[in-house]
Amino acid sequence: MREAAEAHASTGDLAVDVTGLRKRYGTVTAVQDLDLRIGRGEVFGILGPNGAGKSTTVEILQGHRDRDGGEVTVLGADPATGSRRWRSRIGIVWQDESAPAELTVRETVRHFATYYPAPRDPDEVIRLVGLGEKATSRVKGLSGGQRRRLDVALGVIGGPELLLLDEPTTGFDPAARRQFWELIRALADEGTTIVLTTHYLDEAEALADRLAVIATGRVVAEGTPSGLRAEYDAAATVAWTERDGSPRTERTTTPTRTVAELTRRFDGEIPGLLISRPTLEDVYLRLIGQEAV
Amino acid sequence: MATATDRLDTTRNTTPAALPGTWALGLRRGSLELRQFFRQRDQAIFTFAFPIVFLFLFASIFSNDVEGAGITASQLYVPSMIAAGIMSTSFQSLGISIAIERDNKQLRRLRGTPMPPASYFLGKVWLVLVTGLLETVALLAVGVLFYGIELPTGAVDWLTFGWIFVLGLTGCALLGIAISSLPKTGQSASSVVVLPFLVLQFISGVYIAVGTIPDWLLNIGALFPLKWMCQGLRGVFLPETAAVLEQAGGWEYGRIALVLGAWCIGGLVLCLLTFRWKSRRDG
Repeated sequence: MREAAEAHASTGDLAVDVTGLRKRYGTVTAVQDLDLRIGRGEVFGILGPNGAGKSTTVEILQGHRDRDGGEVTVLGADPATGSRRWRSRIGIVWQDESAPAELTVRETVRHFATYYPAPRDPDEVIRLVGLGEKATSRVKGLSGGQRRRLDVALGVIGGPELLLLDEPTTGFDPAARRQFWELIRALADEGTTIVLTTHYLDEAEALADRLAVIATGRVVAEGTPSGLRAEYDAAATVAWTERDGSPRTERTTTPTRTVAELTRRFDGEIPGLLISRPTLEDVYLRLIGQEAV
Repeated sequence: MATATDRLDTTRNTTPAALPGTWALGLRRGSLELRQFFRQRDQAIFTFAFPIVFLFLFASIFSNDVEGAGITASQLYVPSMIAAGIMSTSFQSLGISIAIERDNKQLRRLRGTPMPPASYFLGKVWLVLVTGLLETVALLAVGVLFYGIELPTGAVDWLTFGWIFVLGLTGCALLGIAISSLPKTGQSASSVVVLPFLVLQFISGVYIAVGTIPDWLLNIGALFPLKWMCQGLRGVFLPETAAVLEQAGGWEYGRIALVLGAWCIGGLVLCLLTFRWKSRRDG
């Protein structure tokens, strides 16, 4: 997928192309000089702490918020002047939207399908998001997690080329998150370009082909999850226990050599041996300037 | 970028499917709005019952003959309450429900779809047309059964009723859509909407007969549609002799049409200028 994105970037066939985006709220700068290039078919994660400008950026991509400066092109058009045709090619999954409480799941999904020129089959979409057994339940009777699935159903019912999700799994229990991830992967396999914001690192790592880390309104790092780890923290940590029982750790870029030396010294099994690579979280905290002490 | 888009359209679909029409989507939204309205059973019942209960109360408390007008006070209340009922199903219910839909972000979700905004408003129009007509029929039935109101027999009277109903309902609906932008939250919506409606009912000749209200208050009421709807409907449903009770001593149909028509146009402009898809908290 990464190669695909780079190939897209070189031919200019981008789903999202943002250059020098700026947005202020009064005296507070939310986004400054933000650049993003997202190829068609990519799953792209936008990662950052609260208040970093993630939601503002996604809302500008959706056409729901105006900007103060910069070039923004989404599926070939400026979101600020997006036509009905353009909207029909984009799916949005918000984090706190509600749906009419008195309608059933099936009525709601079927109704939203009528807005689009070439919608997906409503019953298929309801099954896809795992609400098959709730199809005839009223929206007001759904649990929080089920409502989020309905949000996703309404986001994909139009058969979008680009799906924008703003912190889609906030408030999910772990099992629901896993199921949601499967759903996103299924959509990505169908060729949908997916852009999601999250502050869960495992989510970004599990889903995103590439991700951008945003802090104070700028992209501070961009790449594949493993690429980011390699680039920003190549050192591994080797931990073991000395003969006198005291724990030892060593940070090194050549852990294999360290282990070889230890093998010689202990003449065989190394007590309590543990080799760990930095997690995405370590890299992330370093990038947003809140490195764990 | 144009080439990229073109290529995508051609690979996906040689001729992209047509976008659904605004009018057809308006009809669908109307049926959806009605379904939602009637499923909220207690809300539906109380919306309809409110003007009926008030008519019953006022018409029972004040039932003397009105001197020189050839009608009873109860009869005077029937057309006025019908006007108030039309305003309650349009102005009040839209003002509150749209504020709530905006606050809980249903509106923002709709704005993210290719649904044309006009379809949303058409859906609301269908909703208030149906509920307004049902309210009118119910109030009229009470008036005929209990208070001796005689239904007009001539086509001209029904035609007059028709245009007053449509212009009044439309003007009030547009005002309701406009006022829905005023409350900051969904919770405060009913207080913000009900107060001006209540005041208008007092100074437009709904609860209190026109002759008892000081002129300066009547003149304020005359700036809004309700006074003219009341007056016009009294003209339709009361005998000619009752015209002496009006401020001008006549029904003034021409002026009624003018004021209600102006509110339809002015209300539309107001809506176009002030309508928000997001609450103020969402920027």
